[in-house]
Formats: sequence, C-alpha cells, structure tokens
Amino acid sequence: MLKAYYHLLMRDLRLALRNRHELANPLIFFVLVVTLFPLAVTPTPDALRAMAPGVIWVSALLAVLLSLDRLFKQDYDDGSLDQLMLSPNPLMILVLAKVTAHWLLTGLPLVIIAPLLGLFMSLPMDAVSVLIYSLLLGTPVLSLVGAIGVSLTVAVNRGGVLLSLIILPLYIPILIFGANAVDVATDGLPVTGQLLFLGAVLALAVSLAPLATSVALRITASR
Amino acid sequence: MLEIQSIECVRDDRLLFSDLSFSVADAEVLQIEGPNGSGKTSLLRIICGLRLPDAGKIKWRGETIASNREDYYADMVYIGHLPCVKADLTVLENVRSLLDTRSLSLSNSIIEAALAKVGLASYEDVPGKALSSGQRRRILLAFVELSQAKLWILDEPLTALDVQGVELMESMILEHRQAGGSVVFTTHHGMQLDCEMRSVQLGQNKRKLQQDQDGC
Amino acid sequence: MSAPLITWFSISALLIAVYGLYLGLFVAPTDYQQGESYRIIFIHVPAAWMSLFIYMVMAISSAIGIIWQIRLADMVAAASAPIGASFTFLALVTGALWGKPMWGAYWVWDARLTSELILLFLYFGYMALQSAIEDQRSADKASGLLAIVGVVNIPIIHYSVEWWNTLHQGATVTKFDKPSMHIDMLIPLLLMAVAFKLFYAALVLVRTRNEALYRDRNRRWVRELVEKL
Repeated sequence: MLKAYYHLLMRDLRLALRNRHELANPLIFFVLVVTLFPLAVTPTPDALRAMAPGVIWVSALLAVLLSLDRLFKQDYDDGSLDQLMLSPNPLMILVLAKVTAHWLLTGLPLVIIAPLLGLFMSLPMDAVSVLIYSLLLGTPVLSLVGAIGVSLTVAVNRGGVLLSLIILPLYIPILIFGANAVDVATDGLPVTGQLLFLGAVLALAVSLAPLATSVALRITASR
Repeated sequence: MLEIQSIECVRDDRLLFSDLSFSVADAEVLQIEGPNGSGKTSLLRIICGLRLPDAGKIKWRGETIASNREDYYADMVYIGHLPCVKADLTVLENVRSLLDTRSLSLSNSIIEAALAKVGLASYEDVPGKALSSGQRRRILLAFVELSQAKLWILDEPLTALDVQGVELMESMILEHRQAGGSVVFTTHHGMQLDCEMRSVQLGQNKRKLQQDQDGC
Repeated sequence: MSAPLITWFSISALLIAVYGLYLGLFVAPTDYQQGESYRIIFIHVPAAWMSLFIYMVMAISSAIGIIWQIRLADMVAAASAPIGASFTFLALVTGALWGKPMWGAYWVWDARLTSELILLFLYFGYMALQSAIEDQRSADKASGLLAIVGVVNIPIIHYSVEWWNTLHQGATVTKFDKPSMHIDMLIPLLLMAVAFKLFYAALVLVRTRNEALYRDRNRRWVRELVEKL
C-alpha cells in the first residue's frame, strides 16, 4: 500500500517535471495578482502592510484554485483514472498520493516565494515568518479540500467556475485564520491560537478529505 | 467465477436492460453483443464495479464485488476505449505505472519480454507522444499480459489495431483461456476465435443467452 | 397520497403564521432598546433557523440517498435546496432591513449575516452542481456529497466567522446571542418558527411530487396517471 502511494507520487512528479514550463504558472499568477494591489492603491508602506495578509492569502487561494485542474483532468481524459479506481489498493491512498504531488508542485512553491511578496507588501520580518508557517499549514488543506471539488467537477465541461463556486466557501475558515495570524503578527502579538487552529484543520482534512474525494471519484466515474 | 444476477441499467432516462443474468466460469470466453447504444460499455463498467447497477448484484467467487473489492480487483483487469497512456512517460514507464497500481513490481526483463511479444520490442524508451494510436493500444495489451489477472474485461480491444495486432489479441485470448482464465469482451470488428465462445445479446426486447460454436 | 398532507400542512402553516404574526406585531411589548423596528426578528430569526434546518435535511436525505440508494431521498434533497436558499435569502434581506434602524447601515459584517451569506453560497454551489451534471443519478449523488461535506464544514465556518467577528466588531450590539427574551416575545417567535416548518413541509411535499413526476415522466406510472386525467 505504501509502495503504491510512493509510485503514484513519483509518477505524478515525474510527469509534471517533464512539462516544466507549466509548473511556474501558478507561481507567476500568485506574484502577479499580489502585484496588482499596490498598483491599484496609493502604495504607502502603512496601507500595504494593513492589506498585506488578506491580499497575499486571497491570491494564494486563487492560485491554488486555478491549479487544481491538473489534479485529475489528465487522468480522466486518458482513462488512467479508471485504472486507479480499479486498483486493489485503497483509493484513498492513491488520492492522497496525487494530492501530495499537487501540493509539492503548487502549494510549496507558494510558501517559498511568500517572503518576496512580504517584501512587496512591506511586511515586517516577524510577520513574514508567520506568513510562511500559516501558508505551510494552510496550503495542504487547500489542496486536500480542493481535491474534493475537482473530483466532483472533472467531468463537467468548463467546470472551472463551478469549481470555484463550490470550493471557495469551504476555504473561508482557512483564509480567516491564516490571514489573521499574519495580521496579528504584524502587531507583534502571539499567534499560537491561529496556528493551532490551522493545524487542527489540517489534521481533519488529511483524515477526511481523501475519503470524500474517493467517494466523489466513484460517483463521477459512474456516468 | 463471475456471476451477474438480475442487473438493470438506466441511462439518460432510458432503460437499457433489466433482469439480465449470466455467469462466466473459468476458461470461458463471453462476448457481449448488441447495436450501438445498447449498453455494452455500461454493462462492462457495471461488471467492473465502476458503475452501480440500478438493480441486481455482481458476484465474484461467491461474494458481491462491493464487499470483496480488493480481491476482485486483484483478480481482474479492464481496458476501455481510452488508451491510458501518458504522453510524457516512456513505454516502459507507462507499463510500470499501470502495474504499480496493482502493486506488481516486475523486473525490467519480464516487462521487456512482454513488450517484445506485443510488437514493441525496441520501443522501451520511446515517450508516449511519439507513438501511433495502434502502438499505444499495444502498451495496454502488454499490461493485460503482465497483469496476472484471471478475468479480462475488454471493451473494444481491437480499437486502432492493425491486422497483426488483431491476430495478437486473438492469440492472447486463446492462451489466457487455455491457462484457465476467463474473458468478457465486446467488439464491433469480427474476432475469429478458434474456440467455444458464448454470447449475450443486448438491445433486444428480452435478453437471449446464446450458445455460439465458432469453428473448432 | 401526499395531497391531504399538503393541504393540512398548508392550512395549519397559514393559521399559525397569522396568529404568530399577530402576536408578534401587535401584542408583544415594545423592546426596551430598539423600539418597534425590532419586530422584524419574527421573520428574520425563524428564517435563519430554517435556512440551517433545511440544509441539514438536505445533507441527511443525501446521505440516505447515497448509502441506501433510495431515490425519494435524493428527490427530497433536490427539492429542498431552492426552498432553503430562499429562506437564507429572506434571512439576509430581513437582516439588512433590521440593520438599517439598528446600526444605520443596510449591511454590516456581523457574524450572523456573514454566516448566512456563506450558507447562501453553499446552497448556490449545491444547485449549480446539480444542474451542471446531466445524468440525474450522478447529479444527485455528487451534489449530495457536496451537501454532506458542507454540513461538516458549517460548524467550522460558523466558528471561524464568530471568532473573526469578535476581533473586528468588539462592542457592537448583536442582540441575538442573548436569549434573555421576554416570554411575550419568545412565543410569537416560536410560533413563527413552527409556521415556517409547516410551510416548508407543505412546500417540499409539493416540490418532491413534481420532481418525481418530472423525473419519471417517461415511465409507465406517470403516463397512466396522465391518461386518467
């Protein structure tokens, strides 16, 4: 079972790395969207600092949302998804492998580039480290919960907007706590509560989301 | 031993078939026949467990496939219309990846022997995107050959295959049957199988189970 | 079969609603802090309760439909969704109307209204998914799963929004969380809640019946029914 997880994870990573040019897109999108905000307002350091947590977090959300398509679309289109569902291994484990690959390719780069964006938005150093922690805990949840949404919409034509409609309300708690953690850190206050909440949500998501995703995939396959 | 008990399928508000029952024993070959739209693919997907029947049960070795999923999937292999081939993986990697989902790790030499058998001898390191559609289907044939499955469920297995490919498929089915395995398939092309074969007709008012002796 | 039930539910809903409104609008005492304008809570609060209640019904029916493959459960869920969304919308509108005299603005980001708004999006997501998938059975199951995931998330969302709200609103008056209501106000409130539930029951029966007729329109039992008319 662990071997199946590992092999599928490697396969997805290998596939993505052979299309390297596509990998950068969510990242560039993330930076681009954040850049739009200073351009839209008077970019004084104080104004930027005030809106930074929200702006960076919402942009991260959108970047992950846009990249969710890659999770199942190709497999659905070429028939590999059927083969995954016919595996003697539990579908949950295979789903977890794909979500892990997705996070490594999408969420993790966002976390790594976040300090640069902190700089763009005049965030103090303490806040930047909290930004990194909050994104580190939050982006896997975005991938996990997003997987549920994609598995429901992968067979729908032009399902991208539908996906956003379904997933964004579910992302709201992570957004609230993630953005608030950074906000509060800007004032130098402790953020353990917020990070604990994010950690708890992550634990919940890891245990429940793959199950929901497998059920959703079987529903989608039954057309 | 595969048992289909009184299954029913409704698709897009149309009743495709109901109260359909038949069984497939070891070393049996069964063809599902019927015109376009009669539900052949749906039936195969129901047998695979990818689609739930609107009524009835599927049993493998006496237990329903829902309660016995792991064993059933270890014993069966399915190929459908789609090629399941990743454009960016080599032929060898593609076969490995398909076998990995079945937790089968076979040595390179075994895989290469199977590839040679299906006519992809020197193609191990060729990426999927450089293959013709016939060659991609042959990857699936190699997968079926290596899958160690007792039951083969093949939906239009002759798709995109040339004359040699068709002969290859036919000989593979015969070999599998000789080794005690069973095959359920549909096809629009005629398959000349040198053995006893039964067929199930869909798309008529009542399902008829026919015995079809095909030139032994 | 459901026709007599529908009539009974509708009439009792109407009667109780009229009585409840009468009590609420004329008999209940003037609120100490808010004057007469608070009376809109007799619609706002029951509507909000219904919006959550119906979502739970949707999630439970969907679960029954998925686990035990009972089509009627799927139909009840699908039929309930627009009703639930309407109640949510009603709660939002009445909340806004109440907000103007209370806080001077039609919309403020208080915890209840924000939660209701998110709930409305959950309803929209459910209905959008239902209509996007052509095969009825898959559509029911897919949106059903979404409803179940939503139900699990609702407490989390509610908690997060409450928490977010306490950070930003501080001392704003949000009177509902204090259940210390005068009994004369509580009774009309509860009556309205019951009336709304009966109304929902009647409406969902009508809609489910229509749903069943529509879905099975090609089947024999419907054709026979139509021929009898």
